[in-house]
Amino acid sequence: MVQLTAAPPNRFAAEQRAPRLSFSELDAGTLLLGLTGDWKLKAGLPTPAEVGKRLETAARVRRLAFDAAQLGAWGSGLLAFLVGVQDLCKTRNIQMDPGALPEGSRRLLKLATAVPERAGARRAADRSDFLTLVGNESLAQWRSGGQMLEFLGAALGSFGRLLVGKARFRRSDLLEIVFECGAAALPIVTLIAFLVGLILAFVGAVQLQQFGAQIYVANLVGIAMAREMGALMTAIIMSGRTGAAFAAQLGTMQVNEEIDALTTFGLSSMEFLVLPRMIALILMMPLLCIYADLMGILGGALVGIGMLKLTVAEYVNQTINGVGLTDFAVGIAKSSVFGVLVAIAGCLRGIQCGRSASAVGLAATSAVVTGIVFIISTDGIFAVLTNVLGI
Amino acid sequence: MPDTAEAHITVRDLDMAYGTFVIQHDLNFTIRRGDIFIIMGGSGCGKSTLLKHLVGLMAPARGEVLFGKQDLWKAEPAEQERLMRRFGILYQSGALWSSMTLAENVALPLGEFTDLGRAEIREVASLKLALVGLAGFEDFYPSEISGGMRKRAGLARAMALDPEILFFDEPSAGLDPISSRMLDDLILELRDSLDATIIVVTHELASIFAIGTNSVFLDVETRTIGASGPPKELRDHSDNPRVRRFLTRSADATLEGGSARG
Repeated sequence: MVQLTAAPPNRFAAEQRAPRLSFSELDAGTLLLGLTGDWKLKAGLPTPAEVGKRLETAARVRRLAFDAAQLGAWGSGLLAFLVGVQDLCKTRNIQMDPGALPEGSRRLLKLATAVPERAGARRAADRSDFLTLVGNESLAQWRSGGQMLEFLGAALGSFGRLLVGKARFRRSDLLEIVFECGAAALPIVTLIAFLVGLILAFVGAVQLQQFGAQIYVANLVGIAMAREMGALMTAIIMSGRTGAAFAAQLGTMQVNEEIDALTTFGLSSMEFLVLPRMIALILMMPLLCIYADLMGILGGALVGIGMLKLTVAEYVNQTINGVGLTDFAVGIAKSSVFGVLVAIAGCLRGIQCGRSASAVGLAATSAVVTGIVFIISTDGIFAVLTNVLGI
Repeated sequence: MPDTAEAHITVRDLDMAYGTFVIQHDLNFTIRRGDIFIIMGGSGCGKSTLLKHLVGLMAPARGEVLFGKQDLWKAEPAEQERLMRRFGILYQSGALWSSMTLAENVALPLGEFTDLGRAEIREVASLKLALVGLAGFEDFYPSEISGGMRKRAGLARAMALDPEILFFDEPSAGLDPISSRMLDDLILELRDSLDATIIVVTHELASIFAIGTNSVFLDVETRTIGASGPPKELRDHSDNPRVRRFLTRSADATLEGGSARG
């Protein structure tokens, strides 16, 4: 084995000698490079460029030799310098005589140049112009849109097979996922929905108190939670919690070749992995949404009763009178749609995942981003639709 | 193996490409029934990619893959699935489904594609695990056992449906010499007892010579087959110097003191 460092007597001495490069002309046509001090990997080493500068001024130099008598410890720093000098010599047609260098460094230098660079192996720097970049990006977007549609189609197809009882997946997987995205999500949904209700009540209370209409805080919180915030907040929570988890699970399965193993057994990953996840979210999202609605109203009630001095009966009655069943129905309908969207975004990004650790991270991120974009834009469509239809 | 043995898999004029980058072109070879067929070559030459083409995970850029007389890639999806179910695959890392126990891993294809009852499936799964030396590990999860055991469990799953063709993707990668040797013995045993055709992607010389009855060498530089034939013959008589160098593990002449990259 080649020794990387020649151990000097005072290897562990706290003070290292600074690396220095000196030039002297040995005879006409021979340049002698004197190397002194410790040439270890650190900043401040002399560079091959200094040798190059020197060679500019001494045009008659035909040979390069080294004096390493004063060289202390050395490492890859020296080697990098030597490779640089060697390249310089090659381009200037100067003979380099490494004879006086330490034995190990000579051998490493030889090893570094033993295998010539493979032609075409080095990636050419990507210097596309602006238009090419825009074009490539648009094509990529177009393709990704196509992939999304393809995925949607396949998902629909597997739903079809589910309806005729032909879909293949494990019931135990479904139950596990139902638990994972239903019951296990309750604590975070409780916290967020309760606080959102509370915040809504505070915002309303300040304004409504000016008219002495603080009783309407109950309407404000009730309607806002039932129609909008309950469904929206659960969807966003589930996108961050479950959508990301789906993408990471499926992505890791992709990396581990587990999805390949399913495919080669003739088991569709769409039915086996995507379908149970979609069913679970479609079932659980409306339930979580109802729960979030109630939690939000509870949060509002805390402010109404604690701060606005309303009685429990007053608040409850006002809520019952002010919030209709339609309001709840709109929210619940939305939440089932959001459930599908979160599941699709998570599973799509997971199945598309590349085969590396960073690809899994990217898939999880992308699942959340896609999920939230889907949710908000669909919510916008819902707002317009309910308005037009007068619901 | 007599030359008269029936052709099991035939590859004709196969080109493999990732997008526009052709990784191997004009591949032609025949795998006979009962062969232990080795696909070998240096790192990055496309061995695993070729395996993906054979098992139906990647579509060829050109050419065909025939099982018997049937083209895997021209078959109807249902027919293709049926063809694919006739082979078992041991993936490089085992690729066990990580959310299931070993028994469930083996049982899943049995449950989906046979009419066995629950108890029978459980029994067959235990049997397959016992065949690969994992009796008693039925209820372990893949993450709870060692890499070598995971590989053997992957083999048990690959054998679940009594396949007639078994594919091995780098079976000895990451195994110590003894486990690797044991896996080789198991492969030989399976060939003889299951009467299966076996295809192994590997660059482990010891295994290549121990089990291979026929082989192709994928050349990374010319991007096509460098040689084909029984590995021992190739080592001694191949007229392709790169093949001989690979099989004798000798370094490039310009690389004094270095070692060949396996």
